[in-house]
Amino acid sequence: MLRFIARRLLVAGPTLLVVITLAFFMMRAAPGGPFDTERRLPPAVEQNLKARYGLDRPLGEQYLAYLKGVVRGDFGPSLKYPDKSVADILTQNAPVSLRLGLAALVLALATGVSLGVLAALRRNGLLDIGAMGLAVLGVCVPTFVTAPLLILLFGSTLQWLPNGGWNGGALPNMVLPVIVLALPQAAIISRLTRAGMIEALAAGHVRTARARGLPEWAVVLRHALRPALTPLVSYLGPAAAGLLTGSLVVEKIFNLPGLGKFFVISALQRDYTVVMGMIVVYAGLVLFLNLVGDLLLAVVDPRVRLS
Amino acid sequence: MSETVLTAHPAARGRSLTDDAIARLLANRAATASLVVLVLLTLFALLGPALTPWPYDQVNKSDVWVPPLTNGHLLGTDALGRDLLARLAMGLRVSLAIGLVATLVSLLIGVAWGATAGYLGGVVDEAMMRIVDVLYALPFIFFVILLMVAFGSNILLIFVAIGAVEWLTMSRIVRGQTLSLKQKEFIEAARAAGLGRLGVVVRHIIPNLLGPVAVYVTLTIPAVILAESFLSFLGLGVQPPMASLGTLISAGAQDMEMAWWLLVFPSLAMAATLAAFNFIGDGLRDALDPKDR
Repeated sequence: MLRFIARRLLVAGPTLLVVITLAFFMMRAAPGGPFDTERRLPPAVEQNLKARYGLDRPLGEQYLAYLKGVVRGDFGPSLKYPDKSVADILTQNAPVSLRLGLAALVLALATGVSLGVLAALRRNGLLDIGAMGLAVLGVCVPTFVTAPLLILLFGSTLQWLPNGGWNGGALPNMVLPVIVLALPQAAIISRLTRAGMIEALAAGHVRTARARGLPEWAVVLRHALRPALTPLVSYLGPAAAGLLTGSLVVEKIFNLPGLGKFFVISALQRDYTVVMGMIVVYAGLVLFLNLVGDLLLAVVDPRVRLS
Repeated sequence: MSETVLTAHPAARGRSLTDDAIARLLANRAATASLVVLVLLTLFALLGPALTPWPYDQVNKSDVWVPPLTNGHLLGTDALGRDLLARLAMGLRVSLAIGLVATLVSLLIGVAWGATAGYLGGVVDEAMMRIVDVLYALPFIFFVILLMVAFGSNILLIFVAIGAVEWLTMSRIVRGQTLSLKQKEFIEAARAAGLGRLGVVVRHIIPNLLGPVAVYVTLTIPAVILAESFLSFLGLGVQPPMASLGTLISAGAQDMEMAWWLLVFPSLAMAATLAAFNFIGDGLRDALDPKDR
């Protein structure tokens, strides 16, 4: 177990290094810089600004300095917000994205698993057809379509919920973004659960449980559900990546002060350090969740050997 | 004599595995309906721009936000008075083209990479798949966004960027298949007959990979279309006045309270396209491998 974690962390190191390297040089290869404004700054001022952030040194040197900083956990100052460090910006915006993401993940799991199980139990029944129709819808209708449609319906027309904004994370402000974010994941989760459940229900140990006269709920919940959920656990990593991607769109449409919204703006403004900090955090998060997924898989499915 | 018997009983002819697969695919109602829908959508994308009375980028200030079925505009017009039907045909054409080309890019890289790794095996395989593992863990959409921001968004870059993301899964599938194919007797026979390594890969391994690869290709195309629309929605994809389904939906979402049709029709076209590809992919998988459901 510990050896497995150690090995995965050994892979995570190079991955993060690749992430940082690619992002660093891609960002620097972009035309323009953080100090381009509508009116050009006097050359002396620009020179001073560059010197202050070390941008006048050779690129390789800057790269090494940045790497050293990241190892110490120092992401540097923001280039666009002079009084803030990248860490400030991350800690300020990350909670919004995390709350949204977690709520969406919980909602997606709850609806996806229950729909999948019920659909598998009543295979080809009305509920199955309905659930799978919903699953197809969730896969084929992207977030940037569901979000405006839901705003149009529940916000502008019915006026039940606000059209957007964060409002300190008030419940009415969270409802629509969370639903929009959860829908595609719920769709995939319900398909995975249904397939797993159908296979599990046909397995020998479930037949044995039935033969021993266990009530149906015990057969389903205690014996069939566990093997049925194993594909879900390994979907955790991709799901997290999907939620992060979705948050880019959702935070833009609902005008939420999260990381996703900040990322695109910072990239367009060439705020090198902020973009780098966010990419490192995103990559770290995806790597971490992949690891958690693998570990959980070993807990749920004893056949999996961690080696 | 025997010939007359054969023609009198066509059913007695041998049925190839491909015939079986096609029969199974055609028996799948969702897949056949999707094929028809897809053909219609493609025809609309190819011929639409030529058939509509207005070009997709013709601005008409006197016909702004005309609702559907008025002034000869079947689907209405947008904020600049451009005909939505013409723009939809153009957007669909661009989205389908991006889907096809980027998938082709991912197909070429993925098959070459996966087949080489799987066939050579050993240290080479280990190293090549480790690279795939590392790349897999990257939050790719962020890199695509960076690419777009850094080098400006032109269509060629979109092809390359998205294609470069999608080849990873393809290479994993191809490698897995190659590993199991390698053990088969006909490969051994080809090698015994004196065929070189490259020859075995090109003549025997790759043709036998076509089934699972075809399935994955039909599922990659909608993923690519989705990725492009996502970029366009963030303002980083196809640039105006050119249209893609993503830019149309994005523009429609901004004007939806004034002009619902600008959001609804492009969204429907998008959903129909994605659903059609997904159903065909599912149908192909069931048809090619009836055991694996």
